[in-house]
Amino acid sequence: MIPYIVQSAKKGIKNIWLFYYNGFREMTVGKTLWLIIIIKLFIFFVVMKLFFFPDFLSTNFENDEDRAEHVRHELTSR
Amino acid sequence: MSDLTTVVDWSRLQFAITAIYHWLFVPLTLGLSVMVAIMESIYLKTKSEKWLLATKFWMRLFGINFAIGVATGIILEFEFGTNWSNYSWFVGDIFGAPLAIEGILAFFMESTFVAVMFFGWNKVSPRFHLASTWLTSIGASISALWILVANAWMQYPVGMEFDPEQMRNVMDNFWALFSGIAVNKFFHAVLSGWALSGVFVIGVSCWFLWKKRNVEFAVRSIKVGAWFGLVGMVLTMYTGDGSAVEVTKHQPMKLAAMEGLYHGHQGQSLAAVAVLNPDKEWNNDEDEYLFDISLPYGLSILGRHDADAFIPGITDIINGVDMNAEGDTINTVSYADRIAMGKKAQQALRLYGEAREAGDSAAMASSLKNLKENYRFFGYGYFNSVNEAIPPVGLTFVMFRVMVVLGSYFLLFFIVVLLLVYKSTLLQKSVWLQWIAMVSVPFMWICSEAGWAVAEVGRQPWTVQDLLPTMASVSAVPASSVIVTFWLFALIFTVLLIAEVSIMCRQISKESKKALA
Repeated sequence: MIPYIVQSAKKGIKNIWLFYYNGFREMTVGKTLWLIIIIKLFIFFVVMKLFFFPDFLSTNFENDEDRAEHVRHELTSR
Repeated sequence: MSDLTTVVDWSRLQFAITAIYHWLFVPLTLGLSVMVAIMESIYLKTKSEKWLLATKFWMRLFGINFAIGVATGIILEFEFGTNWSNYSWFVGDIFGAPLAIEGILAFFMESTFVAVMFFGWNKVSPRFHLASTWLTSIGASISALWILVANAWMQYPVGMEFDPEQMRNVMDNFWALFSGIAVNKFFHAVLSGWALSGVFVIGVSCWFLWKKRNVEFAVRSIKVGAWFGLVGMVLTMYTGDGSAVEVTKHQPMKLAAMEGLYHGHQGQSLAAVAVLNPDKEWNNDEDEYLFDISLPYGLSILGRHDADAFIPGITDIINGVDMNAEGDTINTVSYADRIAMGKKAQQALRLYGEAREAGDSAAMASSLKNLKENYRFFGYGYFNSVNEAIPPVGLTFVMFRVMVVLGSYFLLFFIVVLLLVYKSTLLQKSVWLQWIAMVSVPFMWICSEAGWAVAEVGRQPWTVQDLLPTMASVSAVPASSVIVTFWLFALIFTVLLIAEVSIMCRQISKESKKALA
């Protein structure tokens, strides 16, 4: 029973892989689009998120208590 | 200008440009996905090759729009963490929960089935393919639902309690998030996407007619686009009416700004055409308009579905004056009192923090009691004058009219297109009509964006209505970093927009030369 399940799972994964692989390979306009998507995601998630958009509270404070204290100070002193 | 003011203004500008850019893609995704699913359903029922070709053509344009637009919304979430960290912390899981559900459930559903939709022709059964196309469109709408639920909560915060320990609002009733504002907002936004897609399909099809290519395909697409757009526009107007009632109830200041109304009356008219008086302030005796043509009883009917109902103006709201359904004057809380209560709430929160540090539980309990009593107007405590609590009237007023005028134009547009395409061959022959349809396309986007401007500018100065204004929501970041990222975004978004429009145009031109019928 277990070898059958493993074999079926392997076959399923292979089919999914081939589905995507062939789908991407047979694309026409899609290739340009995927290039744009990859460049865009790289700019968004690697360049912008890392260098320009750090999470302010996670970066500057170690734990939730410190973050809450900072926000308390901010919201009661403006 | 202080550094805080600069940070607030640039952060707002950056958020606005990101949201405007994101919304260029979303409505087309929402509408075109449904239209493609309808065409594929007709194909499966009729087995007609021409419907298959139509489905595949519009599906490719949907794909281009989806690919360029995907992940542009994630930038808004980056901005929450960097520029709006006070806000992000303050709203806690209430805002986070719908966004997380959107990310996990709807986005993955959309992404999975979109792959089957594009790669699955001849690889999965026709019925499974059709189901995937429908599930892609349903996934897109569910995605929109969670975002709009989160947005609606900011306009009408319910279902939560503020916890001064954690310094954030904690959700105590998930289902309260589905308020009247949320439900109307969802349907209004999604259905406006249907109308927008209808205009897009008609515009592109008229280009085919103008070029005299695939005329039969173009006429068929126009019929689907016009019916779909008409249904979308009628329902958009219906839900817009529902939104107006909700706004009157929960955000009367926004309604007053939409109308440029300072002194309300029973049986309040609606300014159909008007020029605002730039010298008008809430506390002077200048006239509201330099010129106006008004529809009698219009605003009372719009806002309260009652021709005799009282609609408060900006001055009335500031002074705390309203009138009930029986016509008796009732007092609401004036803005002067709200500011006083907001300052008390903030003082209580400050004292609570100090008492907590000192381990004084009696003082903590007393501060907490004060905080709870005054919390509903917490955000007003940041203002020194009531002027700071008034939204930009001019912009809200103009955007409301742009939305309504263009929306009415497009209702007429769909009706005329349907008459022309069914009752005559005029649309196929008249270059003028084809050009009107093509030129109308960008105006539908302007209409859609104007709707968002009304919703978002009209609710200023609040990020969370009555609880948190923009000035308290921003992070303690230097203005220069926000300015740098603003221009970086402007550059990237401009390049992406040019890429989308040029790929889309090239694809339409290329496809038009193939036989599509």
